[in-house]
Amino acid sequence: MYKILLCLRYLRTRWIAMASIISVMLGVATMIVVNSVMAGFATEMRERIHGILADVVLETHTLDGDPDAAARMREIQDVAGEYIEAMTATVEVYGMVSFKYRGQVITRPVTLIGIDPQTKAAVSPLVTNLSSFTSGRRLGLKFGPESSNCQVIAVTPDSAAAIAGLENGDVITACNGDSVEYTRDLSSQLKNSIHQPTVSLAVRRGKRSLVFKVKIPRPSWDLTADARAHRRTLIELERRRIEWNRPREILPAGGTPLPPPGFDAGPSSAPPTGTAEQLTPPSSLPDAPDLDALDPPTIADGHTTEDPAASLPACVYLGSGLIEFPMEDKETGEIRIERMVLAGEDVRITTVSAGRPPEPRHFTATVIDVFKSGMSEYDSNLVFCNLEELQQRRGMVDPSTGDRAVTSIQIKLKDFKHADTVIKRLRAAFPAHIYSVRTWQQKQGPLLAAVELETGILNILLFLIITVAGFGILAIFYMIVVEKTRDIGILKALGASSRGVMSIFLGYGIALGIVGSGVGVLLGLVFVWYINEIESGITWLLGRKVFDETIYYFPEIPTAVDPFTVAWIALGAVGIAVLASILPARRAAKLHPVEALRHE
Amino acid sequence: MSTPLDASQQPRSIGATGSENSISMIPEPPAVTAPVEPEAARLECVALEKAFRKGDHVIPVLRGVDIDVAPGEFLSIVGQSGSGKSTLLHVMGLLDVPSVGEVHCDGRRIDNLPESQRDRLRNREFGFIFQSYHLLPELTLLENVVSPLSIRYSTLAWWQHRHQIRDQAAEIVEKVGLGHRLKHRPAELSGGEMQRTAIARALIGQPRVLLADEPTGNLDSNTGQEIMSLLASLNEFEGLTIIMVTHDERIACRAHRTVRLGEGRIEMVGRAA
Repeated sequence: MYKILLCLRYLRTRWIAMASIISVMLGVATMIVVNSVMAGFATEMRERIHGILADVVLETHTLDGDPDAAARMREIQDVAGEYIEAMTATVEVYGMVSFKYRGQVITRPVTLIGIDPQTKAAVSPLVTNLSSFTSGRRLGLKFGPESSNCQVIAVTPDSAAAIAGLENGDVITACNGDSVEYTRDLSSQLKNSIHQPTVSLAVRRGKRSLVFKVKIPRPSWDLTADARAHRRTLIELERRRIEWNRPREILPAGGTPLPPPGFDAGPSSAPPTGTAEQLTPPSSLPDAPDLDALDPPTIADGHTTEDPAASLPACVYLGSGLIEFPMEDKETGEIRIERMVLAGEDVRITTVSAGRPPEPRHFTATVIDVFKSGMSEYDSNLVFCNLEELQQRRGMVDPSTGDRAVTSIQIKLKDFKHADTVIKRLRAAFPAHIYSVRTWQQKQGPLLAAVELETGILNILLFLIITVAGFGILAIFYMIVVEKTRDIGILKALGASSRGVMSIFLGYGIALGIVGSGVGVLLGLVFVWYINEIESGITWLLGRKVFDETIYYFPEIPTAVDPFTVAWIALGAVGIAVLASILPARRAAKLHPVEALRHE
Repeated sequence: MSTPLDASQQPRSIGATGSENSISMIPEPPAVTAPVEPEAARLECVALEKAFRKGDHVIPVLRGVDIDVAPGEFLSIVGQSGSGKSTLLHVMGLLDVPSVGEVHCDGRRIDNLPESQRDRLRNREFGFIFQSYHLLPELTLLENVVSPLSIRYSTLAWWQHRHQIRDQAAEIVEKVGLGHRLKHRPAELSGGEMQRTAIARALIGQPRVLLADEPTGNLDSNTGQEIMSLLASLNEFEGLTIIMVTHDERIACRAHRTVRLGEGRIEMVGRAA
């Protein structure tokens, strides 16, 4: 009984022990924060990588691809069909994308991926990475400028949101159960609604609170209403420009309204590219490498299709990193993201054809959407293109059989834990000199391994800090034992056993460890919980951004608290406190009662 | 439990035999409930020698001391500083082991018992009073008083007997006249009050021998006399064996018998007037 009593009494009266409690506490809190943030980063990154890559990818080594995708997919189905949920064929090839921005032509090297959005979406979450979705436009919602509150200022008729019942003036208060305040919160919530058929939006309409389930649209090559309007405006501007530049002498003197632009304008003035592409088969594409053709060539399309604003046959999702850069607003000093290309505009794609020797192929494609996964490696490198068009342009369609070649087949498994089995079976079935079969983790192995290594080393270093705290406990305990020598003598004179005296100090160590790590766990969790508020506080204090969204691509600092990690850290800290108290406790136990009593 | 101890304890009243085991085995915990006062013990020292080692030098402190303390006797040991009287007390109270010689309690040798039994005997058979009180500064007066019992009982047993312990403590604190200061820390008490607390602490375990090391040494003469009266009445009315070490002849004369130590040997044995 006296052990507990004295432990508690010492804990309450020895203020020096607070020092060791604080050092344990800080160590534990730091470890929890660092681990949570690192785990958050890693999880987020894995999620993003996984979002682009499928569970298992079968690739050909050559860029020519496998000539018969359908046959390969049947074979995969035969070999490991019971584990497979969905498959999609893609063509991956290197290329360049060129676009005009403020009078200059900008060309970027890219990886061009031909996808079929429907099947691709079944394999990995595609739509949630598209900015038209995260901004709500794809759902049919229109909000005010960024960092405003989530008041709907327009709902597109017949859109998913309109069907669900949202109306103008609704204020969205929560998305998927998490409250949102600003449109950027809503964006990150929408981005996270992977693997869900619907988004649930809580809405304040007047004084009522309503919840709507909005169906997530499937990704497609359709322009959103905004992009379509933007495209229409561009075409109209271009038409006017051509009109203006037309030789004056053919203007009717009577000032009659301008005749509709078009072929009558003469082949010399109309950019020929679009028309030429429409007319000539892709195999013998005599594309003019004239960069002037980059200027919206769509004007020609306006006459070949019913809707002048319809997209070209080649459609792309551009990685946001290719076309965005942060720009400081001269007037307000705010940093905002400048987009060089908007959805609805056209860009020029250059790639190589299949076959020997590879020949350059150019074509113009309409930007349907901007793609932002959050992995800068992908966002500044990937361009998704419609698969059929890419196969056409690269000459990957067999003219005699109509078989379409692909370079990789992405596979989604019913359960990722079967990945090893599937890999084994596929490797057995497909010769290694033609195909490589890898999981997404193996494909991104070095990156993930680097993150893991980093976490490991950080953990070791931080645990050393707790060990340092342990030595602090040792020193302080030694001091307390020396200070309490007489009391130990008294206890022994009253009949306390050596083991009892030892357990007082061991118990004291455990108590310090438990209190320190308990408070540390609380502090750490609170810190993790409010990390973004703390970050904005520090930003406000320092006047410069601590966590730059444009560098890390995270709207806020991601965190993931793993209960097991927390438990291990707490246990480790208590363990160190106990270890550190063993030596002083043994010393206390060994004290001779008479000598201890004489100690002053 | 070693057999010699058990055998020796059998003749004693059941109230005082309570060992750690008996707390769980005997339905009524003895030391707490026993209304019977424990019998006083006979303490014998046979040819005690004690030497301390300081580096290469061996300093003899006791050089063959034989003392026989009868049950219920009030013995005072006097002598100059360094005469070995405190060491004698420590050896008799099992705080220290003799280099040569034996200590007997009721005819049973106790100085060579294993550590755990010596701890138990200190807790149950002996009560200690020190010159500088030696109270635990973190604990209140009441907690200091009951500390021997808190050492004796496990947490569970303590919880089961908390009411009896409280009553017993209240009674003893009342007996030493400190009923009004239960919640005070030792630092808030006067010297006399602290020594009374220490006496109450020594008594709560219902020991059979009270060992007092200069109990009045830090007190003024009036307070010292009060403490001495308290000890004398305890000896007289409760039959407690008391062995007191002092260098003050006036204090020593309150005892039945005085033993004078010099140079580690008994120089004189005298009866009090």
